[in-house]
Amino acid sequence: MRSFDYRRADSLAAAREGLGEAAQIIAGGTNLLDLMKLQVMTPKQLLDINRVPGLREITETENGLKIGALVSNSDLAADPRIRSDYPVLARAILAGASGQIRNKATTGGNFLQRTRCPYFYDTSMACNKRQPGSSCTAIGGISRMTAILGVSEHCIAAHPSDMAVAMRALDARLDVADATGDVRQVGMDELYCLPGERPDIETTLAPDDIITAVHLPQKQSGAVHVYRKVRDRASYAFALVSVAAIVTRREQRIATAALAFGGIGSRPWRNSEVDEMLAGEVPGEPLFAAAADRLLAEARTEEGNAFKTRLTRRTMISVLREATGLEPASVGTDRVEESAA
Amino acid sequence: MKTELTVNGVSRDLDLDPRVTLLDALRHHLHMTGTKKGCDHGQCGACTVLVNGRRINSCLTLAVMHEGDQVETVESLGSPEAPNPLQEAFISCDGFQCGYCTPGQLMSATAMLEEAKEGWPSHVSESLSNPGTLSDAEIAERMSGNLCRCSAYPGIRQAIARTQGDAGGKS
Repeated sequence: MRSFDYRRADSLAAAREGLGEAAQIIAGGTNLLDLMKLQVMTPKQLLDINRVPGLREITETENGLKIGALVSNSDLAADPRIRSDYPVLARAILAGASGQIRNKATTGGNFLQRTRCPYFYDTSMACNKRQPGSSCTAIGGISRMTAILGVSEHCIAAHPSDMAVAMRALDARLDVADATGDVRQVGMDELYCLPGERPDIETTLAPDDIITAVHLPQKQSGAVHVYRKVRDRASYAFALVSVAAIVTRREQRIATAALAFGGIGSRPWRNSEVDEMLAGEVPGEPLFAAAADRLLAEARTEEGNAFKTRLTRRTMISVLREATGLEPASVGTDRVEESAA
Repeated sequence: MKTELTVNGVSRDLDLDPRVTLLDALRHHLHMTGTKKGCDHGQCGACTVLVNGRRINSCLTLAVMHEGDQVETVESLGSPEAPNPLQEAFISCDGFQCGYCTPGQLMSATAMLEEAKEGWPSHVSESLSNPGTLSDAEIAERMSGNLCRCSAYPGIRQAIARTQGDAGGKS
Protein backbone atom coordinates (compact mmCIF):
# COMPACT_ATOMS: atom_id res chain seq x y z
CA MET A 1 0.00 0.00 0.00
CA ARG A 2 1.27 3.51 -0.82
CA SER A 3 1.43 5.83 2.16
CA PHE A 4 -1.35 8.33 2.76
CA ASP A 5 -2.52 10.84 5.31
CA TYR A 6 -5.42 9.68 7.41
CA ARG A 7 -7.97 12.08 8.81
CA ARG A 8 -11.29 11.61 10.53
CA ALA A 9 -14.27 13.88 9.91
CA ASP A 10 -16.69 14.30 12.81
CA SER A 11 -19.33 16.19 10.81
CA LEU A 12 -20.47 16.54 7.22
CA ALA A 13 -19.15 20.10 7.21
CA ALA A 14 -15.72 18.86 8.28
CA ALA A 15 -15.87 16.15 5.64
CA ARG A 16 -16.67 18.73 2.97
CA GLU A 17 -13.76 20.92 4.04
CA GLY A 18 -11.41 17.95 4.04
CA LEU A 19 -12.32 16.77 0.58
CA GLY A 20 -9.89 18.16 -1.95
CA GLU A 21 -8.62 16.80 -5.23
CA ALA A 22 -6.37 14.26 -3.51
CA ALA A 23 -8.65 13.04 -0.73
CA GLN A 24 -10.66 9.88 -0.92
CA ILE A 25 -13.57 9.13 1.42
CA ILE A 26 -13.39 5.87 3.33
CA ALA A 27 -16.50 4.34 4.93
CA GLY A 28 -16.60 0.53 5.08
CA GLY A 29 -13.42 0.34 3.03
CA THR A 30 -13.99 -3.30 2.02
CA ASN A 31 -13.35 -2.59 -1.66
CA LEU A 32 -11.16 0.52 -1.35
CA LEU A 33 -8.53 -1.02 0.96
CA ASP A 34 -8.30 -4.09 -1.25
CA LEU A 35 -7.65 -1.84 -4.25
CA MET A 36 -5.11 0.19 -2.26
CA LYS A 37 -3.21 -2.97 -1.29
CA LEU A 38 -2.94 -3.83 -4.98
CA GLN A 39 -2.03 -0.20 -5.80
CA VAL A 40 -4.92 0.01 -8.22
CA MET A 41 -5.99 3.01 -6.16
CA THR A 42 -3.34 5.21 -4.56
CA PRO A 43 -5.08 8.08 -2.73
CA LYS A 44 -2.80 10.57 -0.99
CA GLN A 45 -5.36 11.24 1.72
CA LEU A 46 -8.07 9.13 3.30
CA LEU A 47 -10.96 10.90 4.92
CA ASP A 48 -12.78 8.62 7.35
CA ILE A 49 -16.49 9.54 7.60
CA ASN A 50 -17.51 6.67 9.89
CA ARG A 51 -17.93 9.01 12.89
CA VAL A 52 -20.13 11.53 11.08
CA PRO A 53 -23.37 11.50 13.07
CA GLY A 54 -26.82 11.04 11.54
CA LEU A 55 -25.88 8.80 8.62
CA ARG A 56 -26.66 5.42 10.21
CA GLU A 57 -30.43 5.69 10.57
CA ILE A 58 -33.30 4.27 8.54
CA THR A 59 -36.27 6.60 8.90
CA GLU A 60 -39.80 6.72 7.57
CA THR A 61 -40.60 9.78 5.47
CA GLU A 62 -43.72 11.16 3.77
CA ASN A 63 -42.72 9.45 0.54
CA GLY A 64 -41.26 6.19 1.77
CA LEU A 65 -38.04 5.29 3.54
CA LYS A 66 -34.76 7.16 3.96
CA ILE A 67 -31.62 5.10 4.43
CA GLY A 68 -28.49 6.82 5.78
CA ALA A 69 -25.38 6.36 3.64
CA LEU A 70 -23.47 4.66 6.48
CA VAL A 71 -26.14 2.04 7.25
CA SER A 72 -24.30 -1.27 6.89
CA ASN A 73 -25.43 -3.78 4.29
CA SER A 74 -26.22 -6.19 7.16
CA ASP A 75 -28.39 -3.69 9.02
CA LEU A 76 -30.22 -2.74 5.85
CA ALA A 77 -31.02 -6.35 4.91
CA ALA A 78 -32.10 -7.17 8.48
CA ASP A 79 -34.36 -4.12 8.93
CA PRO A 80 -37.95 -5.37 9.36
CA ARG A 81 -39.34 -2.65 7.05
CA ILE A 82 -36.93 -3.60 4.27
CA ARG A 83 -37.72 -7.30 4.71
CA SER A 84 -41.48 -6.84 4.54
CA ASP A 85 -41.90 -3.86 2.18
CA TYR A 86 -38.81 -4.02 -0.07
CA PRO A 87 -37.91 -7.72 -0.07
CA VAL A 88 -36.05 -7.48 -3.40
CA LEU A 89 -33.53 -5.22 -1.66
CA ALA A 90 -33.05 -7.55 1.32
CA ARG A 91 -32.66 -10.51 -1.03
CA ALA A 92 -30.18 -8.71 -3.29
CA ILE A 93 -27.98 -7.67 -0.36
CA LEU A 94 -28.08 -11.15 1.17
CA ALA A 95 -27.06 -12.62 -2.19
CA GLY A 96 -23.86 -10.56 -2.16
CA ALA A 97 -20.50 -10.87 -0.39
CA SER A 98 -20.16 -12.61 3.00
CA GLY A 99 -21.47 -12.01 6.51
CA GLN A 100 -18.21 -10.30 7.47
CA ILE A 101 -18.17 -7.99 4.44
CA ARG A 102 -21.86 -7.07 4.76
CA ASN A 103 -21.23 -5.99 8.36
CA LYS A 104 -18.61 -3.49 7.22
CA ALA A 105 -19.82 -2.45 3.77
CA THR A 106 -22.08 0.61 3.70
CA THR A 107 -25.08 1.57 1.60
CA GLY A 108 -23.35 4.59 0.05
CA GLY A 109 -20.14 2.69 -0.60
CA ASN A 110 -21.92 -0.23 -2.24
CA PHE A 111 -23.10 2.06 -5.06
CA LEU A 112 -19.53 3.23 -5.67
CA GLN A 113 -17.69 -0.09 -5.54
CA ARG A 114 -15.46 -0.75 -8.51
CA THR A 115 -15.73 -3.49 -11.12
CA ARG A 116 -14.20 -6.90 -10.38
CA CYS A 117 -12.88 -7.21 -13.97
CA PRO A 118 -9.61 -9.14 -13.41
CA TYR A 119 -7.71 -6.81 -15.75
CA PHE A 120 -8.71 -3.78 -13.68
CA TYR A 121 -7.15 -5.50 -10.65
CA ASP A 122 -3.93 -6.56 -12.39
CA THR A 123 -1.64 -3.53 -12.66
CA SER A 124 0.60 -5.33 -15.16
CA MET A 125 -2.28 -5.43 -17.68
CA ALA A 126 -3.61 -2.58 -19.81
CA CYS A 127 -6.98 -1.25 -18.61
CA ASN A 128 -8.71 1.91 -19.79
CA LYS A 129 -10.62 2.17 -16.53
CA ARG A 130 -7.42 2.13 -14.44
CA GLN A 131 -5.21 3.96 -16.93
CA PRO A 132 -7.18 5.87 -19.57
CA GLY A 133 -5.86 5.33 -23.09
CA SER A 134 -3.88 2.19 -22.29
CA SER A 135 -6.42 -0.13 -24.04
CA CYS A 136 -8.63 -2.97 -22.77
CA THR A 137 -7.16 -6.42 -22.19
CA ALA A 138 -10.54 -7.94 -21.33
CA ILE A 139 -11.65 -7.57 -24.96
CA GLY A 140 -10.31 -10.76 -26.50
CA GLY A 141 -9.19 -11.93 -23.06
CA ILE A 142 -10.83 -13.89 -20.27
CA SER A 143 -14.25 -12.31 -20.26
CA ARG A 144 -16.53 -14.63 -18.28
CA MET A 145 -17.31 -11.96 -15.67
CA THR A 146 -17.65 -9.05 -18.11
CA ALA A 147 -20.70 -7.19 -19.42
CA ILE A 148 -22.68 -7.58 -22.66
CA LEU A 149 -24.87 -4.46 -22.40
CA GLY A 150 -23.73 -0.84 -22.32
CA VAL A 151 -20.16 -1.79 -23.22
CA SER A 152 -17.84 0.12 -25.57
CA GLU A 153 -14.76 -0.71 -27.60
CA HIS A 154 -12.78 0.75 -24.70
CA CYS A 155 -14.26 -1.24 -21.80
CA ILE A 156 -16.48 -4.26 -21.18
CA ALA A 157 -16.31 -4.27 -17.37
CA ALA A 158 -19.50 -5.22 -15.50
CA HIS A 159 -20.85 -3.34 -12.50
CA PRO A 160 -20.52 -5.83 -9.63
CA SER A 161 -23.23 -4.73 -7.17
CA ASP A 162 -26.29 -6.76 -6.23
CA MET A 163 -27.73 -4.04 -3.98
CA ALA A 164 -27.64 -1.41 -6.73
CA VAL A 165 -29.58 -3.72 -9.07
CA ALA A 166 -32.43 -3.89 -6.57
CA MET A 167 -32.18 -0.13 -6.01
CA ARG A 168 -32.49 0.36 -9.78
CA ALA A 169 -35.68 -1.72 -9.91
CA LEU A 170 -37.01 0.19 -6.88
CA ASP A 171 -36.35 3.62 -8.50
CA ALA A 172 -34.28 4.67 -5.49
CA ARG A 173 -33.02 8.25 -5.31
CA LEU A 174 -29.81 9.38 -3.68
CA ASP A 175 -29.23 12.48 -1.57
CA VAL A 176 -25.90 13.95 -2.68
CA ALA A 177 -24.27 16.84 -0.82
CA ASP A 178 -21.98 19.01 -2.92
CA ALA A 179 -18.94 21.04 -1.87
CA THR A 180 -21.12 23.95 -0.70
CA GLY A 181 -23.35 21.71 1.41
CA ASP A 182 -26.32 21.89 -0.96
CA VAL A 183 -28.13 18.56 -1.24
CA ARG A 184 -29.57 17.44 -4.58
CA GLN A 185 -31.36 14.22 -5.47
CA VAL A 186 -29.84 11.87 -8.03
CA GLY A 187 -32.00 9.06 -9.43
CA MET A 188 -30.64 5.59 -10.04
CA ASP A 189 -31.16 6.32 -13.75
CA GLU A 190 -28.83 9.34 -13.46
CA LEU A 191 -26.06 8.02 -11.22
CA TYR A 192 -23.94 5.88 -13.54
CA CYS A 193 -22.20 6.76 -16.82
CA LEU A 194 -21.74 4.40 -19.75
CA PRO A 195 -18.06 3.65 -20.36
CA GLY A 196 -17.91 5.18 -23.86
CA GLU A 197 -14.46 6.61 -24.47
CA ARG A 198 -13.82 7.31 -20.77
CA PRO A 199 -14.48 4.16 -18.74
CA ASP A 200 -12.51 5.71 -15.86
CA ILE A 201 -15.46 8.09 -15.32
CA GLU A 202 -18.06 5.85 -13.71
CA THR A 203 -20.63 8.17 -12.15
CA THR A 204 -22.06 11.63 -12.61
CA LEU A 205 -20.89 12.62 -9.11
CA ALA A 206 -18.18 15.26 -8.67
CA PRO A 207 -15.05 14.31 -6.71
CA ASP A 208 -16.18 16.41 -3.75
CA ASP A 209 -19.78 15.15 -3.71
CA ILE A 210 -20.85 12.98 -0.76
CA ILE A 211 -23.76 10.51 -0.86
CA THR A 212 -25.62 11.09 2.41
CA ALA A 213 -28.78 8.99 2.03
CA VAL A 214 -30.94 6.87 -0.26
CA HIS A 215 -34.71 7.28 -0.61
CA LEU A 216 -37.05 4.42 -1.40
CA PRO A 217 -40.57 5.19 -2.67
CA GLN A 218 -43.71 4.11 -0.80
CA LYS A 219 -44.22 0.38 -0.52
CA GLN A 220 -46.49 -1.21 -3.13
CA SER A 221 -48.85 -3.64 -1.42
CA GLY A 222 -49.51 -6.74 -3.46
CA ALA A 223 -46.34 -6.41 -5.55
CA VAL A 224 -44.26 -9.53 -6.08
CA HIS A 225 -40.53 -8.99 -5.66
CA VAL A 226 -37.93 -11.40 -7.02
CA TYR A 227 -34.14 -11.41 -6.82
CA ARG A 228 -32.47 -14.25 -8.68
CA LYS A 229 -28.69 -14.54 -8.90
CA VAL A 230 -26.83 -17.04 -11.07
CA ARG A 231 -23.16 -17.58 -10.26
CA ASP A 232 -20.32 -20.08 -10.48
CA ARG A 233 -20.61 -21.18 -6.85
CA ALA A 234 -23.60 -21.17 -4.54
CA SER A 235 -22.40 -18.45 -2.18
CA TYR A 236 -19.92 -15.60 -1.88
CA ALA A 237 -19.41 -15.06 -5.61
CA PHE A 238 -20.24 -12.27 -8.03
CA ALA A 239 -23.14 -12.67 -10.44
CA LEU A 240 -22.83 -14.06 -13.92
CA VAL A 241 -26.38 -12.81 -14.30
CA SER A 242 -28.83 -11.46 -11.74
CA VAL A 243 -32.40 -10.27 -12.16
CA ALA A 244 -34.40 -8.02 -9.85
CA ALA A 245 -38.10 -7.91 -10.67
CA ILE A 246 -41.03 -6.02 -9.16
CA VAL A 247 -44.36 -6.94 -10.71
CA THR A 248 -47.90 -5.85 -9.86
CA ARG A 249 -51.02 -7.51 -11.29
CA ARG A 250 -54.50 -6.32 -12.17
CA GLU A 251 -56.82 -9.27 -12.60
CA GLN A 252 -55.19 -11.54 -15.20
CA ARG A 253 -52.85 -8.88 -16.53
CA ILE A 254 -49.50 -7.45 -15.53
CA ALA A 255 -50.18 -3.91 -14.28
CA THR A 256 -46.58 -2.75 -13.87
CA ALA A 257 -43.18 -4.37 -14.21
CA ALA A 258 -39.75 -3.10 -13.18
CA LEU A 259 -36.84 -5.31 -14.18
CA ALA A 260 -33.18 -4.63 -13.46
CA PHE A 261 -30.15 -6.77 -14.22
CA GLY A 262 -26.73 -7.37 -12.71
CA GLY A 263 -23.62 -9.08 -14.06
CA ILE A 264 -24.44 -8.21 -17.68
CA GLY A 265 -24.31 -4.42 -17.75
CA SER A 266 -21.62 -1.76 -17.49
CA ARG A 267 -23.98 -0.30 -14.91
CA PRO A 268 -26.94 -1.79 -13.00
CA TRP A 269 -29.03 -2.38 -16.09
CA ARG A 270 -32.62 -1.40 -16.78
CA ASN A 271 -34.42 -0.92 -20.07
CA SER A 272 -37.70 0.96 -19.74
CA GLU A 273 -38.89 -0.46 -23.08
CA VAL A 274 -38.83 -3.94 -21.55
CA ASP A 275 -40.92 -2.77 -18.60
CA GLU A 276 -43.37 -1.04 -20.94
CA MET A 277 -43.72 -4.12 -23.15
CA LEU A 278 -44.85 -6.16 -20.14
CA ALA A 279 -47.26 -3.60 -18.63
CA GLY A 280 -50.93 -4.23 -19.42
CA GLU A 281 -50.31 -7.62 -21.02
CA VAL A 282 -51.45 -11.11 -20.15
CA PRO A 283 -48.40 -13.00 -18.85
CA GLY A 284 -47.16 -15.88 -20.96
CA GLU A 285 -44.25 -17.38 -22.81
CA PRO A 286 -44.48 -15.38 -26.09
CA LEU A 287 -44.62 -12.09 -24.16
CA PHE A 288 -41.67 -13.02 -21.96
CA ALA A 289 -39.64 -14.16 -24.98
CA ALA A 290 -40.34 -10.89 -26.80
CA ALA A 291 -39.31 -8.91 -23.73
CA ALA A 292 -36.06 -10.89 -23.51
CA ASP A 293 -35.44 -10.23 -27.21
CA ARG A 294 -35.90 -6.52 -26.57
CA LEU A 295 -33.52 -6.54 -23.61
CA LEU A 296 -30.81 -8.40 -25.49
CA ALA A 297 -31.21 -6.68 -28.86
CA GLU A 298 -28.17 -4.46 -28.22
CA ALA A 299 -26.06 -7.16 -26.56
CA ARG A 300 -22.44 -7.15 -27.69
CA THR A 301 -20.66 -10.34 -26.76
CA GLU A 302 -17.16 -11.78 -26.62
CA GLU A 303 -16.28 -15.43 -27.02
CA GLY A 304 -15.97 -15.74 -23.24
CA ASN A 305 -19.28 -14.10 -22.32
CA ALA A 306 -21.53 -15.06 -25.26
CA PHE A 307 -23.24 -17.62 -23.00
CA LYS A 308 -24.73 -14.72 -21.06
CA THR A 309 -27.37 -13.95 -23.70
CA ARG A 310 -28.95 -17.40 -23.28
CA LEU A 311 -28.40 -17.42 -19.53
CA THR A 312 -30.00 -13.98 -19.17
CA ARG A 313 -32.97 -15.00 -21.32
CA ARG A 314 -33.62 -18.16 -19.33
CA THR A 315 -33.15 -16.47 -15.98
CA MET A 316 -35.39 -13.55 -16.93
CA ILE A 317 -38.19 -15.82 -18.22
CA SER A 318 -37.99 -18.02 -15.13
CA VAL A 319 -38.19 -14.94 -12.89
CA LEU A 320 -41.18 -13.59 -14.84
CA ARG A 321 -43.01 -16.90 -14.50
CA GLU A 322 -42.70 -16.75 -10.74
CA ALA A 323 -43.40 -13.02 -10.53
CA THR A 324 -46.67 -13.47 -12.45
CA GLY A 325 -47.79 -16.64 -10.68
CA LEU A 326 -47.36 -18.98 -13.65
CA GLU A 327 -44.91 -20.94 -11.50
CA PRO A 328 -44.97 -21.36 -7.72
CA ALA A 329 -42.67 -19.00 -5.82
CA SER A 330 -39.24 -20.33 -4.88
CA VAL A 331 -36.75 -18.87 -2.38
CA GLY A 332 -36.06 -15.30 -3.49
CA THR A 333 -39.64 -14.54 -4.53
CA ASP A 334 -41.65 -12.61 -1.93
CA ARG A 335 -44.95 -10.78 -1.89
CA VAL A 336 -45.40 -7.37 -0.27
CA GLU A 337 -48.37 -7.72 2.06
CA GLU A 338 -50.81 -5.04 3.23
CA SER A 339 -49.73 -3.42 6.49
CA ALA A 340 -50.93 -5.40 9.49
CA ALA A 341 -51.98 -2.21 11.30
CA MET B 1 -0.29 7.96 14.51
CA LYS B 2 -1.30 7.50 18.15
CA THR B 3 -4.17 5.05 18.41
CA GLU B 4 -5.88 3.46 21.38
CA LEU B 5 -7.35 0.03 20.69
CA THR B 6 -9.48 -1.94 23.12
CA VAL B 7 -8.79 -5.62 22.55
CA ASN B 8 -10.58 -8.24 24.61
CA GLY B 9 -11.47 -5.57 27.15
CA VAL B 10 -7.92 -4.27 27.59
CA SER B 11 -6.99 -0.81 26.35
CA ARG B 12 -3.74 -0.73 24.37
CA ASP B 13 -1.83 2.36 23.20
CA LEU B 14 -0.15 2.06 19.83
CA ASP B 15 1.77 4.33 17.47
CA LEU B 16 0.88 3.13 13.99
CA ASP B 17 1.43 4.01 10.36
CA PRO B 18 -2.12 4.60 9.02
CA ARG B 19 -1.54 1.77 6.52
CA VAL B 20 -1.48 -0.87 9.28
CA THR B 21 -4.56 -3.05 9.07
CA LEU B 22 -6.36 -4.13 12.21
CA LEU B 23 -5.04 -7.63 11.48
CA ASP B 24 -1.40 -6.51 11.35
CA ALA B 25 -1.85 -4.36 14.45
CA LEU B 26 -3.08 -7.41 16.36
CA ARG B 27 -0.40 -9.79 15.09
CA HIS B 28 2.68 -7.59 14.63
CA HIS B 29 2.18 -4.79 17.14
CA LEU B 30 0.26 -6.51 19.94
CA HIS B 31 1.77 -9.95 19.23
CA MET B 32 -1.64 -11.58 19.49
CA THR B 33 -1.14 -14.23 16.83
CA GLY B 34 -4.38 -16.15 17.32
CA THR B 35 -5.96 -14.15 14.50
CA LYS B 36 -4.60 -15.52 11.22
CA LYS B 37 -3.63 -13.94 7.92
CA GLY B 38 -4.81 -16.04 4.99
CA CYS B 39 -5.48 -14.16 1.75
CA ASP B 40 -5.24 -10.60 3.15
CA HIS B 41 -8.03 -9.63 0.72
CA GLY B 42 -11.23 -10.48 2.59
CA GLN B 43 -11.84 -13.68 0.68
CA CYS B 44 -10.92 -16.41 3.18
CA GLY B 45 -12.15 -15.24 6.60
CA ALA B 46 -9.10 -16.48 8.56
CA CYS B 47 -8.69 -12.96 10.02
CA THR B 48 -12.27 -12.68 11.33
CA VAL B 49 -12.60 -10.75 14.60
CA LEU B 50 -15.54 -9.06 16.29
CA VAL B 51 -15.75 -5.27 16.37
CA ASN B 52 -18.48 -4.00 18.67
CA GLY B 53 -19.97 -7.50 18.55
CA ARG B 54 -20.07 -7.78 14.75
CA ARG B 55 -17.82 -10.12 12.75
CA ILE B 56 -15.58 -8.42 10.21
CA ASN B 57 -12.45 -9.20 8.18
CA SER B 58 -9.63 -7.55 10.15
CA CYS B 59 -7.47 -7.52 6.99
CA LEU B 60 -9.90 -5.15 5.24
CA THR B 61 -9.93 -2.38 7.81
CA LEU B 62 -7.34 0.03 9.18
CA ALA B 63 -6.40 -0.10 12.85
CA VAL B 64 -6.60 3.69 13.13
CA MET B 65 -10.29 3.52 12.16
CA HIS B 66 -11.07 1.54 15.32
CA GLU B 67 -10.14 3.90 18.12
CA GLY B 68 -12.70 3.43 20.88
CA ASP B 69 -14.17 0.26 19.33
CA GLN B 70 -14.37 -3.03 21.24
CA VAL B 71 -12.28 -5.61 19.40
CA GLU B 72 -12.62 -9.29 20.33
CA THR B 73 -10.25 -11.96 19.09
CA VAL B 74 -10.04 -15.73 19.41
CA GLU B 75 -7.91 -15.24 22.54
CA SER B 76 -11.10 -14.09 24.31
CA LEU B 77 -13.03 -17.32 23.78
CA GLY B 78 -11.37 -19.96 25.93
CA SER B 79 -8.05 -21.60 26.71
CA PRO B 80 -6.59 -25.04 25.99
CA GLU B 81 -7.45 -25.95 29.56
CA ALA B 82 -10.94 -24.45 29.47
CA PRO B 83 -12.28 -24.28 25.89
CA ASN B 84 -15.66 -22.64 25.46
CA PRO B 85 -18.63 -24.74 24.22
CA LEU B 86 -18.02 -23.84 20.56
CA GLN B 87 -14.34 -24.76 20.80
CA GLU B 88 -15.26 -28.01 22.52
CA ALA B 89 -17.72 -28.80 19.77
CA PHE B 90 -15.06 -28.13 17.09
CA ILE B 91 -12.82 -30.67 18.85
CA SER B 92 -15.46 -33.34 19.28
CA CYS B 93 -16.85 -32.92 15.73
CA ASP B 94 -13.41 -32.84 14.03
CA GLY B 95 -14.12 -29.31 12.79
CA PHE B 96 -10.58 -28.87 11.44
CA GLN B 97 -7.51 -30.61 10.13
CA CYS B 98 -4.58 -28.18 9.95
CA GLY B 99 -6.36 -25.64 12.16
CA TYR B 100 -5.20 -22.51 10.36
CA CYS B 101 -8.70 -21.29 9.49
CA THR B 102 -10.10 -22.32 12.89
CA PRO B 103 -9.71 -19.00 14.78
CA GLY B 104 -11.61 -17.26 11.98
CA GLN B 105 -14.23 -20.01 11.87
CA LEU B 106 -14.72 -19.73 15.63
CA MET B 107 -15.07 -15.95 15.66
CA SER B 108 -17.34 -15.97 12.62
CA ALA B 109 -19.56 -18.69 14.11
CA THR B 110 -19.71 -16.86 17.46
CA ALA B 111 -21.14 -13.76 15.79
CA MET B 112 -23.24 -15.71 13.29
CA LEU B 113 -25.09 -17.49 16.10
CA GLU B 114 -25.94 -14.06 17.58
CA GLU B 115 -27.17 -12.84 14.17
CA ALA B 116 -29.42 -15.90 13.94
CA LYS B 117 -30.71 -15.27 17.46
CA GLU B 118 -31.64 -11.73 16.40
CA GLY B 119 -33.66 -13.27 13.56
CA TRP B 120 -31.50 -12.11 10.65
CA PRO B 121 -32.42 -13.94 7.44
CA SER B 122 -29.89 -15.31 4.95
CA HIS B 123 -29.78 -15.82 1.20
CA VAL B 124 -31.27 -19.32 1.60
CA SER B 125 -34.03 -18.41 4.09
CA GLU B 126 -37.45 -19.28 2.72
CA SER B 127 -39.07 -16.53 4.74
CA LEU B 128 -37.41 -13.15 5.23
CA SER B 129 -39.59 -12.32 8.21
CA ASN B 130 -39.18 -15.62 10.03
CA PRO B 131 -35.99 -17.44 9.03
CA GLY B 132 -36.56 -20.19 11.62
CA THR B 133 -33.93 -22.63 12.82
CA LEU B 134 -30.40 -22.92 11.51
CA SER B 135 -30.54 -25.86 9.12
CA ASP B 136 -27.36 -27.33 7.67
CA ALA B 137 -27.92 -25.26 4.51
CA GLU B 138 -28.41 -22.10 6.59
CA ILE B 139 -25.17 -22.68 8.49
CA ALA B 140 -23.27 -23.32 5.24
CA GLU B 141 -24.63 -20.14 3.66
CA ARG B 142 -23.99 -17.97 6.72
CA MET B 143 -20.43 -19.30 7.05
CA SER B 144 -19.52 -18.90 3.36
CA GLY B 145 -17.08 -16.10 4.17
CA ASN B 146 -14.81 -18.62 5.92
CA LEU B 147 -12.87 -21.00 3.71
CA CYS B 148 -11.23 -24.23 4.90
CA ARG B 149 -8.63 -25.58 2.48
CA CYS B 150 -8.69 -28.94 4.33
CA SER B 151 -12.42 -28.96 3.61
CA ALA B 152 -13.47 -29.83 7.14
CA TYR B 153 -16.83 -28.24 6.40
CA PRO B 154 -19.06 -31.15 7.54
CA GLY B 155 -17.40 -31.11 10.98
CA ILE B 156 -17.51 -27.31 11.16
CA ARG B 157 -21.24 -27.22 10.35
CA GLN B 158 -21.93 -30.03 12.83
CA ALA B 159 -20.00 -28.25 15.60
CA ILE B 160 -21.92 -25.02 15.00
CA ALA B 161 -25.26 -26.86 14.90
CA ARG B 162 -24.45 -28.54 18.21
CA THR B 163 -23.47 -25.24 19.83
CA GLN B 164 -26.62 -23.56 18.56
CA GLY B 165 -28.65 -25.83 20.83
CA ASP B 166 -26.29 -25.47 23.79
CA ALA B 167 -26.08 -21.71 23.55
CA GLY B 168 -29.87 -21.34 23.44
CA GLY B 169 -29.95 -20.23 19.82
CA LYS B 170 -33.27 -20.18 17.96
CA SER B 171 -34.88 -23.57 18.08
